[in-house]
Amino acid sequence: MNDALPWPILFLPLIAAVLITLFTQKRNGLSAALSVGAIAISFVISVILFVNAGEAAFESKINWLTVGALNIDFGMRIDSLSLLMLLIVTGVGSMIHIYSVGYMHGDPSFSRFFACLSFFTFSMLGVVLSNNFFEMFIFWELVGVSSYMLIGFWYQKSSAANAAKKAFLTNRLGDFGFLLGIIMLWSITGGLGFATLPKPGTTATVVGLLIFCGAVGKSAQFPLHVWLPDAMEGPTPVSALIHAATMVAAGVFMLCRVFDVFSLDALTVIAWTGGVTALMAALIAVQQNDIKRILAYSTLSQLGYMVMAVGLGGPPQAMFHLTTHAFFKALLFLAAGSVIHGLTNEQDIWKMGALKKKMPVTFWTFLAGTLALCGVWPLSGFYSKDSILAEAFKSGHLALFGLGVVVAILTTFYMFRLFFVVFLGKEKSQAAGHAHESPKVMTLPLVVLALMSCVGGLIGIEPFVGKQFGMTESHETLAIIAPFVHAPVAAFAGLAAVMVGFLAAMSLYAKAQTDPLPAKLQGLAILLRDKFYFDELYARIIALTQDALASVADFLDRWIIGGLMVRGTQGTTELVGRAVRFVQSGNLQFYAFSFAAGVAVVLYLVLYR
Amino acid sequence: MNALDYFFYLFAGLTLLCGLMVVVNPFSRNPVTSAMFLVLMMVSLSGLYVTLHAFFLAAVQILVYAGAVMVLFLFVIMLLDLKEEEHRKIKLATLFLGALSVGSIAFILVKLLGNARLVSDAPSAEGSTIELGLKLFRQYTLPFEIVSLLLLVAMMGAILLSKKEIK
Amino acid sequence: MTAPGLHHYLVISALLFCLGLFGVIVRRNILIIYMCLELMLNAANLALVSFSRFNNNLDGQVMVFFIITVAAAEVAVGLALIVALYRRRQTTDVHDLTTMKL
Repeated sequence: MNDALPWPILFLPLIAAVLITLFTQKRNGLSAALSVGAIAISFVISVILFVNAGEAAFESKINWLTVGALNIDFGMRIDSLSLLMLLIVTGVGSMIHIYSVGYMHGDPSFSRFFACLSFFTFSMLGVVLSNNFFEMFIFWELVGVSSYMLIGFWYQKSSAANAAKKAFLTNRLGDFGFLLGIIMLWSITGGLGFATLPKPGTTATVVGLLIFCGAVGKSAQFPLHVWLPDAMEGPTPVSALIHAATMVAAGVFMLCRVFDVFSLDALTVIAWTGGVTALMAALIAVQQNDIKRILAYSTLSQLGYMVMAVGLGGPPQAMFHLTTHAFFKALLFLAAGSVIHGLTNEQDIWKMGALKKKMPVTFWTFLAGTLALCGVWPLSGFYSKDSILAEAFKSGHLALFGLGVVVAILTTFYMFRLFFVVFLGKEKSQAAGHAHESPKVMTLPLVVLALMSCVGGLIGIEPFVGKQFGMTESHETLAIIAPFVHAPVAAFAGLAAVMVGFLAAMSLYAKAQTDPLPAKLQGLAILLRDKFYFDELYARIIALTQDALASVADFLDRWIIGGLMVRGTQGTTELVGRAVRFVQSGNLQFYAFSFAAGVAVVLYLVLYR
Repeated sequence: MNALDYFFYLFAGLTLLCGLMVVVNPFSRNPVTSAMFLVLMMVSLSGLYVTLHAFFLAAVQILVYAGAVMVLFLFVIMLLDLKEEEHRKIKLATLFLGALSVGSIAFILVKLLGNARLVSDAPSAEGSTIELGLKLFRQYTLPFEIVSLLLLVAMMGAILLSKKEIK
Repeated sequence: MTAPGLHHYLVISALLFCLGLFGVIVRRNILIIYMCLELMLNAANLALVSFSRFNNNLDGQVMVFFIITVAAAEVAVGLALIVALYRRRQTTDVHDLTTMKL
């Protein structure tokens, strides 16, 4: 296989971004062509790599820099893990790029959007391909930056600017831990490659948890989940690309990539963090009314699943779910974008309704995505979710298994709530009456993604990744019914969960004009609607810390710097000056006396001391 | 202790006495008296130079100091037409402080000299004019010339300062 | 009374110097202060000449020669200054020359 092949995958999007920024700002068509072309070629090369992939992983690297004993490579690591991610990022990315051509049509900053998009693709591919912690961290941060640029794309809106800031700062918090973890790992093992492992023990757990911090930030796990829903302020394709399919998956991908670093204790913490996030996000999603926010919390919840899977010791399952999730969540977001586009930027689900007739393609693709997300047999979500539940059941974490089933019920419930309210029932506003189907350039990606969502569970993703993690079991039964044979408890629990959730949603929302739940749940509904008050809590904590710091700084400034140093210096000088002034008597005799006395003292000191 | 040595004690005593008279003058408060005692002190000092066999310097001392410098002093005193100083009492505190500081310096110096073991050859150097002249014009030519310049500058400065209106 | 040696001359020189210093501190007439300064210079000269004599080195005498010359120049300028000062202030008492005082 050609060692040079991975390099253009990485650098084509960067070249596109640079060209667009420098030369084609005014020529929208060319910008879009460059950007789409770059990622399409990257996709094609990825496919070539995938087809030719041998059993063994291979690396192509150059020596980047040498600091003392530390050698840092800039390398490309190609194994089944990164190949899978490459396909997701470039494949789903291509769909979203194409979709964006339609969605962003007429936006005054059209070219800038594609430059940012290409730059993001470059950063994301860098994370996927990097072969050591150092390189990964750099691309990790680049992903943060490009995400900042894209969330704040409509920076004229203060809410978008604030959301971008919030996402960036929250991510910084996680990245700080990540960086500390990398530095600790380096100081323990002396190397930065993914293969370097600390000796088992408390230190290893600390290193693992610090590195996990990076994933917590980027994959929006509890307690750093607050930025993701706000990030929906960006354009919808961005929400789909970054905050559903790829970037947030980077955290999960990173956990899988460095899986060997984590000790058992660290894994337990990771599993529970994922589980708690999944449950919490699913609960919040039940009471949201903004179509993109519901999907955002759904993403959070699914990311929780993946992290939980990693924590349970199942990176293949996590990657499996990540892949299928990338398909159907990108699909759902793009379909939501299509709805928003058709209703001229209306995002409140209680102002939609009865879109089935007016937007048939969107309706059917959205339905496919919903079913896949809920885990209806035989769509992709069923298999990936089932593999996680099976892993939980098999590893004996029954609490986490139960939690997963509850989350599955909630997932079905809030997704069908969304589905019923938006597409069925009666029109709930004038805009919904004038809705129209989106152009071909937008619906085509929907269809492709819908197809992938349907069959994604059957194409053997799990074994493909699994072989890298030493998973040898081969299913001899037909793939389509394999889960029922191998892990019947998990499979039937999953299906039962879907049924429960679906029935509950249908009874409550099939004909509803307003949300009946707040009246029934009262306080709890408000708690869910307000997202468990995390934002307010953080704001309070930050305000308190800031006030404390500020008062300390104020004290330092007012009394130490201003009082002691500035005014103290001035005061001392003035006091000494006032005292010394009396010596300046103008009396020549006194001067002569002082002089003589001084001579006497000096003589005494020199001669007799 | 030969006869010449008595001259040392004579001139030393005279020098100190006249010096004292310059500083504390019991006869008159007129500065002219002090000036005259200063002249006497210079002369007896040149006597001391003679006992040190520095004949040329003794002559120069009398010529320059007693002659030129003191004449200048007297000129100025008379030019200023100083009346007798008003009887302003010297403050006791000034006297005390002066005596204290100067006394301590004197004490230190004399004690130091008493303790010092000075390495001295037998008094041998003859301060003959020929040798001094040779040294001045060979080894010290440059300083000599510079000093002559200094005198020129001093002269110009004195003339400028003494002009009635300095513009 | 012993035969005069280097010690004797130096003691005379030191005492003469202290006399001059005392005069500078105590007297108030600026002319007399000036004379006292000459006294101190002469004390230094005496010390130099005696060192020259007893160390068998004529450099000391050359130095004295220069000092006398410089002292002459100094007196010329200094007295000119005093004259100029007197024209302005009509006094030679240093207690009246306190413009620098606060």
